[in-house]
Amino acid sequence: MATARSIIQKVASWRWVVPTLVVAGLLFALLADYRPILNGYIQFVLITIGINIILCASLNLVNGYMGEFSVGHAGFMSLGAYASAVFTTKWMPDNAVAFFPSVVFAGLVAACVGFLLALLSFKTRGDYLAIITLAFLMIVKSAFENIPYVGGPRGLLGIDKSTTLAWTFFWVVVTLWVIRNLVYSKFGRAITAIREDEIAANAMGVRTREAKIIAFVVSSFFGGVAGALFAHQLQFINPSTFDIVKSTEILVMVYLGGIASLGGSILGAVIFTVLSQVLQPLGTWRMVILPLLLVLLMLFRPRGIMGMKELTWFLPKNELDPTRKP
Amino acid sequence: MSALLEIDNVTKRFGGLCAVSHCNVSVQAGHTHGIIGPNGAGKTTLFNLITGIYKPTEGCIRLRGEEISGFRPGRIALMGIGRTFQNIRLLKSQTVLANVRIAHDSQLHYHPLEALLHLPRLRRDERRSINESLELLEPFGLAGHANDLASELPYGSQRKLEIARALALKPALLLLDEPAAGMNTGETAELTEFLRWVRDHFDVTLVLIEHHMHLVMNLSDRITVLDFGQTIAEGTPEEIRANPRVIEAYLGGSEED
Repeated sequence: MATARSIIQKVASWRWVVPTLVVAGLLFALLADYRPILNGYIQFVLITIGINIILCASLNLVNGYMGEFSVGHAGFMSLGAYASAVFTTKWMPDNAVAFFPSVVFAGLVAACVGFLLALLSFKTRGDYLAIITLAFLMIVKSAFENIPYVGGPRGLLGIDKSTTLAWTFFWVVVTLWVIRNLVYSKFGRAITAIREDEIAANAMGVRTREAKIIAFVVSSFFGGVAGALFAHQLQFINPSTFDIVKSTEILVMVYLGGIASLGGSILGAVIFTVLSQVLQPLGTWRMVILPLLLVLLMLFRPRGIMGMKELTWFLPKNELDPTRKP
Repeated sequence: MSALLEIDNVTKRFGGLCAVSHCNVSVQAGHTHGIIGPNGAGKTTLFNLITGIYKPTEGCIRLRGEEISGFRPGRIALMGIGRTFQNIRLLKSQTVLANVRIAHDSQLHYHPLEALLHLPRLRRDERRSINESLELLEPFGLAGHANDLASELPYGSQRKLEIARALALKPALLLLDEPAAGMNTGETAELTEFLRWVRDHFDVTLVLIEHHMHLVMNLSDRITVLDFGQTIAEGTPEEIRANPRVIEAYLGGSEED
């Protein structure tokens, strides 16, 4: 046991692992995009995993770190999906460089709406805020159903297949890096303090309103980014894709992987995506097995597989052993 | 000399219940002010009014002459009022160090964008925050427990951690809500000396609610006695000890100290 522990500690202290994985992953993704080393299905699954990691990590900021219960993440995803699809199909059609700005635009649109939701979170918390996010999800869905410019209930067709493995990988890295930076800053500590005890946090001079705005804006920005990648992966979006079932899937990933953990978000997204692909042949039974898994998880490990624990590789240097003087 | 904190004719009603009624308290900078009274006299309500958790129904509260009633609690804390809670309110699933850092963060001034991009100023500030928080834990005997969860500390240490956390705000005024609750005579005597040291070392004005008469009488320069939300006496410990109304309402003939 002692040796196993020391080996784990040794591996955990290798600071070069994450940078190496990032570079290697990016090179591999670029190679797979330009050379047929992976079949189309595997590539599709890998991109889906990437999009789900972005969704899961960004929702974790609000539901895990801040301890609210938002069920509206699919709403931000749809805002991003529609914003980027309109950008690339209507405003800048047949333009090879339009994709990256369209993803950023998608994130900004979602973030603006996330800001408005943050203002509502000043007044209500917990169950009531959850109901507000549910209402938000329904409003977004019916709004898109009633705007002819974006195709109404039939949705938008003919979107370019611009979401490559490399772009997905790039955005996964950006999402994880930014959220990790935020979480290990005074703003992240403020967000966590809101979850633990908002009254005590206030008495310690924590600017809880500022923290709520940052959490919602960053979370919805990356929700929008994921939506943009999703739209340019499937090449087709309609309002009913982004309903409560989609939100629930993201929630399952968050609570499966573990709240308040980025390592957990990756794990949750990978397990959920792979399982739902593997269980595909079971048809409807898939919708029995996945919820059952969730029930068991809540009974035996309510905070998720990696709840409140972080991969040591993700910690900033200052946080590794704070008591050790440099 | 003008008062650091002035509570000017403050009333707080909850529906038909008048928790605090036309209360006047004036705390001089550098003094230690005791607030005593039977259970339900409105002492904790008064603290919640000062720190902005409640808004006064009538009257006003001033810090260094500036009206603060109606400000949000976070803002009042940043203006220099730290507090502890009667029922300890630590961030229980966080480490001891993290509990102090959350208050010390008020001294870090980097922008959210610097945080998102992990720029150098943030890294320097974070290091400073860790070091200063550890230094603060030292005299409380908690530096060795910095990485322990706050909920794992013994009760007395949790009370001390709450005081350390409030001091990390660098407050001018520290409100202590029953710091000796649940302590025996020996521990209370030790706490009395410790609070005296805190007051002198951190140059902070103390306002304390306490039932242990020994502690209040020893530490306070002035004492206010509340009963049913009203001030029934104010004065030096000697005056309070001799006041017949106080003896009747609070000490009630029992020979506690």
